Amino acid sequence: MSQLKRPIKELVSEVSSGRITAVSLVEQSLSEIDRNKDFHATLEINEDAIKFAQKIDDDVKNGKDVGSLAGIPFIAKDNFLTFGAKTTAGSNILNNFRAPYQSTAIEMLLKEGAILVAKANLDAFGHGSSTENSDFGPTKNPHDASKIPGGSSGGSAAAISLGMAAFSLATDTGGSIRQPAAMCGVVGLKPTYGLVSRYGVVAMGSSFDSIGVIAKTVEDSSLVLEHIAGKDVADGTTIERDEGSYANLSSSLKGQKFGLVKEFVGEGIDPEVKSAIIDVVERIKSQGGDVEEISIPTLDLALACYYVLIPAEISSNLARYDGVRYGHSSKEAKSLNDQFFLSRNEGFGDEAKRRIMIGTYVLSSGYYDAYYKKAQKVRTLLRKEFDGAFKKFDFLIGPTSPIKAWKLGEKSHDPLAMYLTDIDTVSVNLVGSPAISIPLKTDDLPIGLQLVGPQKSENKLLSTAQGLEAIL
Amino acid sequence: MPSINSEEIRRLAELANIGLSDDQVNAYAKEIDQIIGFVEKLGNVDTDSVEPTDQVTGLVDVWRDDEVKPGLDHDALKLNAPQWEDGHFKVRRVL
Repeated sequence: MSQLKRPIKELVSEVSSGRITAVSLVEQSLSEIDRNKDFHATLEINEDAIKFAQKIDDDVKNGKDVGSLAGIPFIAKDNFLTFGAKTTAGSNILNNFRAPYQSTAIEMLLKEGAILVAKANLDAFGHGSSTENSDFGPTKNPHDASKIPGGSSGGSAAAISLGMAAFSLATDTGGSIRQPAAMCGVVGLKPTYGLVSRYGVVAMGSSFDSIGVIAKTVEDSSLVLEHIAGKDVADGTTIERDEGSYANLSSSLKGQKFGLVKEFVGEGIDPEVKSAIIDVVERIKSQGGDVEEISIPTLDLALACYYVLIPAEISSNLARYDGVRYGHSSKEAKSLNDQFFLSRNEGFGDEAKRRIMIGTYVLSSGYYDAYYKKAQKVRTLLRKEFDGAFKKFDFLIGPTSPIKAWKLGEKSHDPLAMYLTDIDTVSVNLVGSPAISIPLKTDDLPIGLQLVGPQKSENKLLSTAQGLEAIL
Repeated sequence: MPSINSEEIRRLAELANIGLSDDQVNAYAKEIDQIIGFVEKLGNVDTDSVEPTDQVTGLVDVWRDDEVKPGLDHDALKLNAPQWEDGHFKVRRVL
């Protein structure tokens, strides 16, 4: 068995005490990456990984403090700015981009001795639900290579399922951590908006983007969150972290109130997914948990709301790619205007351009009130309904995705059909809540259970998730 | 609401600084019309007395100290710059 399938806690203890070396863990990680390269989960390898592992091993020998994640190999979605490998965001427009600084989350992990081994494939700029929008080719599902791994963090999730690293750092704007985690059979944690700094992460929708973790277990995810959460002066939208540790989990389900969201198990759900969720409900009840159905009517509008606000924020964030300071610059351009128009058309893929234009439309004079402002108001309605639900329930539950992984190519020519698959996840980003996807045991393709809590409920959310993990 | 036609896509591409070919314009018109059609249902919701949401955590006036700190390293910026001259980004002629 790959050492990387073992709990992070055990690995850290063995590395810190010199029983295993950080170098051996990194070598194992690199060999798994190479052995499984046909799944195309990763992009560039960090050329400095072994060097950093050697340094950890030397420090252990010399009795120095090596940090709480010493020697743990991890993978970062390629929208995190990092040294040692290019940062492409999965887009040709950043094909040769070498980050001039590193993201806060990466810096915090490196400070604890974790080792970045590779960058993970993604839908370009995080725009997609299948990783097929990567300009460098799709990632394949580890459970069935003819299927998509989910997205946009498909590479990050597939990598963990394949044992390429102990955890992945990823981003979730409308489900991009939870949905691929569900489809690849691993745990995906999206924290409260603002709990983890966005500094140095390629921006998608700035009022939605959350930084989180993909790992094998709830415990491993909590250990990583412990070291990346908190206020960062470089990101003014970060919030104070909770007192105490995220890594002290207690896992009782007794007396907890769960709301099974009616709209999450309604129309369009795969019957197999639905029956798996109903089975979970029975198990929770048998452990002393309380489950009742709840309706959140505005959920029917969540996708429409999301697909107005998100393109609007994208069109604004992607305006910075001008072919002047960094990124692709057209060789054909004769004038400055050409440089903008040609560089952007050549560098951006179809989906980025589609979203930029939709965003430009909903923000443009004459349409702003009817689309953008209207969607902002519907976002308020949804927040109120979630607030109401959390007065009655500790957590909301449902599937992470209404369907299992679909065939590569099946939806890639129908953008709207692809958007509709995000139905169970986007609402969480609209309200800023934390949520976690936990894999259910299946004989076939994986299914994820989604657990959603009120803002800043990470401590309780992770404990309850661990309780659920034990009975699934 | 008006449907999205090729003319509208040309206007949007111009606003967004993207130089599209005619084929691209036609393909986008069809797809974006379908997507805008899907989000039209927001128009049926009564939101007269509802305030818009700009952000979800309720933070206000986040301040930081005004400290002098080193900026980004010029060598690192130069590495990524399509055209660079004497510590500046160089652009095509404007006039």
